[in-house]
Amino acid sequence: MSVLIFIDHTDGHVKKTSLEALSYGAKVAAQTGNAAEGILLGTVADDLTLLGKYGIKKINRVNNEILNHLDPQLIADVLAEVVKQTGAKIIVFPNNVTGKAIAPILSAKLKAGLVSGVVSLPDTSNGFIVRKSVFSGKAFANVSINTEIKIISLNPNSYQIQEPGGTAEIVSLDIPVGASKIKALSTSKSSGDIPLSEAEIVVSGGRGLKGPENWGMIEELAKLLGAATACSRPVADEHWRPHNEHVGQTGLAIAPNLYIAIGISGAIQHLAGVNRSKTIVVINKDPEAPFFKAANYGIVGDAFEVVPKIIQAVKQLKGAQ
Amino acid sequence: MKILVCISKTPDTTAKIAFKDNNTKFAAEGVQWIINPYDEWYALVRAIELKEKDPSTTLHLVTVATADADPVVRKALALGGDEAIRVNADSHDCYYVAAQIAEVAKQNSYDLIFTGKETIDYNGSSVGGIIAGLLNMTYISLATKFELNGTTATVTREIEGGEETVQAALPVVVSCQKGVAEQRIPNMKGIMGARTKPLKIMEPVAIDMLTSVVSFDLPQAKAGVKLIPADNPAELVRLLHEEAKLI
Repeated sequence: MSVLIFIDHTDGHVKKTSLEALSYGAKVAAQTGNAAEGILLGTVADDLTLLGKYGIKKINRVNNEILNHLDPQLIADVLAEVVKQTGAKIIVFPNNVTGKAIAPILSAKLKAGLVSGVVSLPDTSNGFIVRKSVFSGKAFANVSINTEIKIISLNPNSYQIQEPGGTAEIVSLDIPVGASKIKALSTSKSSGDIPLSEAEIVVSGGRGLKGPENWGMIEELAKLLGAATACSRPVADEHWRPHNEHVGQTGLAIAPNLYIAIGISGAIQHLAGVNRSKTIVVINKDPEAPFFKAANYGIVGDAFEVVPKIIQAVKQLKGAQ
Repeated sequence: MKILVCISKTPDTTAKIAFKDNNTKFAAEGVQWIINPYDEWYALVRAIELKEKDPSTTLHLVTVATADADPVVRKALALGGDEAIRVNADSHDCYYVAAQIAEVAKQNSYDLIFTGKETIDYNGSSVGGIIAGLLNMTYISLATKFELNGTTATVTREIEGGEETVQAALPVVVSCQKGVAEQRIPNMKGIMGARTKPLKIMEPVAIDMLTSVVSFDLPQAKAGVKLIPADNPAELVRLLHEEAKLI
């Protein structure tokens, strides 16, 4: 029996969400008396033996270029065979774009119970119960997985990366790969350097910023903090910022360590997408803005006066470090 | 062309989230129900646009829900679609819902199955993928654009770190998000017409419960905001550095 962790990669590199999944999977394995092994499909530049430091003794590979492209059916077929060969009973995915595409198909193929959006380690004291985010971050559900094979898709930024150390053995699996039915025509990279779902710090702007021409200070602050930029729904609807920056109930739900909201009132739909952030800072000139109730730190003031001063102070801090 | 759009009823985005019966059930009393926004604004509207372009298209809606979902289904029919099918069962979990829809799909061999990217209540983001897995159909998730040319779909979808435009032959299952279409408001003609459109009730097939919710709970309330004077934003930076140790 083993815990099998799906290792996602982009442009030849293993993603942070996968390191979280590896750390999580290693812990689940220890908790349930299993071995943890990774599965990486496709080709990467990284030295995979180093992934051992996250507590993984073995990384399985299916080294086939076709698998670099996201064809969920094709990948799920290969994974179903990997599960058969490794005898895996618990499969962990990062609940990112890739995991959301593949995990459901694998669930169908294996008739294995899937819980996606999991936020903490399973409770195995009586059955197998995982905790997931529901109602767009407004609540949690504790869900029992009733099947012998269990699939967990772990939300980004929900489990701290652990590095107990070690190196992993790499095992190549010989599994035939079919032909893809999804043909790639073109790709475009998102504007920010840091993917929003993975960012530890997010600087977000709302309608209070009055127009897209005022985003310079948001971007400057984000850059200084190594943060991703985000926005509220009206801002995306007005096309001041691209749709992929929209966080909230009908946009992306995020859980960074620090969320800085500038000129966002904090409507319930916006809060739903960001209230799993560990620390929230709100800067708004309206003292009655509902966002202050959800905030850890707040400044009641004009963003155009406050934010440049914050940038100045961060520069001083970074300069002094 | 035969299109199936999967819809789900969800509490309104402003609904108060509370639980009852020892935190095992959502407290639905007084809650306004809506069509899950991703299903309505993107999946359904795009399907209606495709039918407007090619009126010979058959457009069916499907939901897995008990009779209290009927008003929401009628509202969806007011936007468009030829008929709706309601599988008369609680939407137990993603697999259960998807397996019921797969049964409906088997009987009608659709060219195109649309879902929203996730529901705003369970946030599973899995029903489309499970349907595709059960029916062995091509699955394209998190679409932001969808075009149809004969029997070829050209879809722009979200991938890690960006977007990708891909092509696939029908039949396909597509999960839709922002960008695929623009929200519409039903007009009076649509609302009147929806009353006479068929809403077929089907009994569910027996499907094992692969997962089950044991309990719900709410996040702990924040301790309260620490306000920093507007004339001293440097204090915020100091607190974030020294107290919260985040920067």
